[in-house]
Amino acid sequence: MSEALVKKAKPYTNPYVAGTLLGIVLFLAFLLTGSGLGASGPINRMLIYIEDIIAPQHINTTPYLIPYAGGSTNPLDNAFVFLTVGILIGGFASGYLHHRLSFTTSKGPRISNRTRWGMAFLGGAVMGYGARFARGCTSGQGLSGGAVLSVGSWAFLLAVFVGAYAVAYTLRKLWI
Amino acid sequence: MEQFFSAFPGPLPLQVLFGKTGFYLISLLIGIAFGYALEIGGFGKSTKLAAQFYFTDMTVFKVMFTGIIVAMVLVFGASSLGWLDYGRVYVNPTYLWPGMVGGLIMGVGFVVGGFCPGTSLVALATFKKDGIAFVAGLTVGIYVFGENIDGLFSTFWNSSNMGRLILPDLLGAPIGVIVFGIVLMALLLFWLVEYVEDQMNGTQNRRQYLPQKLSGAGFILLLALFVMLRGQPTVEEKWERIAAVEQARLDQREVQIAAGELLDFIQNDLVRTELIDVRNESDFNLFHLMGAKRAEIENLGQRAEKDFLQRPVNTLFVIMSNDEQRATEAWKIIRAHGVENVYILENGVNGWLDTFTELLIESDPLRGDMPVPSKTLADMDDDMLRYEFDAALGSSYEVAEPELHEHKLEYTPKVKMKVKKASGGG
Repeated sequence: MSEALVKKAKPYTNPYVAGTLLGIVLFLAFLLTGSGLGASGPINRMLIYIEDIIAPQHINTTPYLIPYAGGSTNPLDNAFVFLTVGILIGGFASGYLHHRLSFTTSKGPRISNRTRWGMAFLGGAVMGYGARFARGCTSGQGLSGGAVLSVGSWAFLLAVFVGAYAVAYTLRKLWI
Repeated sequence: MEQFFSAFPGPLPLQVLFGKTGFYLISLLIGIAFGYALEIGGFGKSTKLAAQFYFTDMTVFKVMFTGIIVAMVLVFGASSLGWLDYGRVYVNPTYLWPGMVGGLIMGVGFVVGGFCPGTSLVALATFKKDGIAFVAGLTVGIYVFGENIDGLFSTFWNSSNMGRLILPDLLGAPIGVIVFGIVLMALLLFWLVEYVEDQMNGTQNRRQYLPQKLSGAGFILLLALFVMLRGQPTVEEKWERIAAVEQARLDQREVQIAAGELLDFIQNDLVRTELIDVRNESDFNLFHLMGAKRAEIENLGQRAEKDFLQRPVNTLFVIMSNDEQRATEAWKIIRAHGVENVYILENGVNGWLDTFTELLIESDPLRGDMPVPSKTLADMDDDMLRYEFDAALGSSYEVAEPELHEHKLEYTPKVKMKVKKASGGG
């Protein structure tokens, strides 16, 4: 692996080619399993799994959490959890093959690494909250629902872009 | 293998075909391909993602919308060819306002954090430190939501639920037209964002790979055109595909259940019995079974996709008309849409009344308000109500839900509950 780290990273694939592959994968997900892709739900499940070990009583008395892990329900007994593990494996495999595995921080030129990490953490928290609020993230709600013409998913996608462009100028110091 | 192909049209009952292990293994493989596609698109790098919001690199937009239109064209292409049953595909239910508020929050999070959940996983998998920090934050945000939603915003969060609402319903155009329109719109937007990129960066990149881009655009446009011209399968076509098996079940009377069997299921708490009454409104108002809901035959296709397919797997649907004619017609439509566990009430509402009025009178000859067999209509055999009622009391007659106590009816059990459902949720 150290060799992979030294080698020069290969350039990214053309976005339309990558998008086409993504679309074919999404189609196969629909054809085979009947539902699309998702990433935020399984993180929720893993979290609830740990919570259920620490405080099962709490899970069993919180209405939102009961369907996931109430009683003897195992929150990890779900196909999307495996899908998420797959995302990690697939991302790693591609990173390895294209020499893009590296302990680095990507950031704008005007902020420090520490600021970037803090902002990444903060943005992640906001994103996590928003994704559960919207009943799905960019993949589960936007990409998957968008492809099968859900009205809510298209409204959601529009909202994501509106929300992002609304604050992008104010927060430009983070990136440019 | 034969079993595999006979399971089409998709979505496939993977759990039935390959067991849970096989189902999860396939999910894992799909995830691997998904993660790979995201990584090669550059979604593991936050600066590349964030550049989207400063118009210098529109990769996110291009990859995402290419993914959406490719999947969309393939899904509806497969549907129009009969390989995929769109009615059984999970369509994210529309919760309009909470969805949009969540979207706005996520948009802000995207700019602050530089990732969205899926892409942050790829960043984590390729050891990006900011990706690791993002995933940690993501977990906290999800945790906070789970802890607070029941108290804070649960009313709002569950508001504006429009169920399975799709753009063709909203815009009143056929699916194929919407698909073609979206593809066309996406292609124009691709051209626009490449123009903007060049303006921002002072480059001429939009001319790169021009022949490839144009042929790709032409190809997907052609596929979309095919989807539009071919259209989605009609109820008749859907029925044709299953007619060989299903007509035989009708003819051998495997799906016509006796009144006694229905009554047992109504009283069985493990099964959700949904009674669908397809008679006209005046007959329905005169008398209907307790809990029966009226449905118009014309709307059954839409009802099947929006409602019946969304029910829990332990739902038993029983359709009824006065005799069986209209109910059989309705049964074909509902079955053609891929709804499982659908049965017909044998001899219809008339048969139900034949079975239970006698029994109830026997057990208590003095009870009043019993429908009586009509003399004038007794010989008619064309799905007419053959009983007379004092008043239009609907399900207020005792025979609408007879209590037979120890009396047990003899019948041939026919219901076989089938569990075949595509999974849902993201």
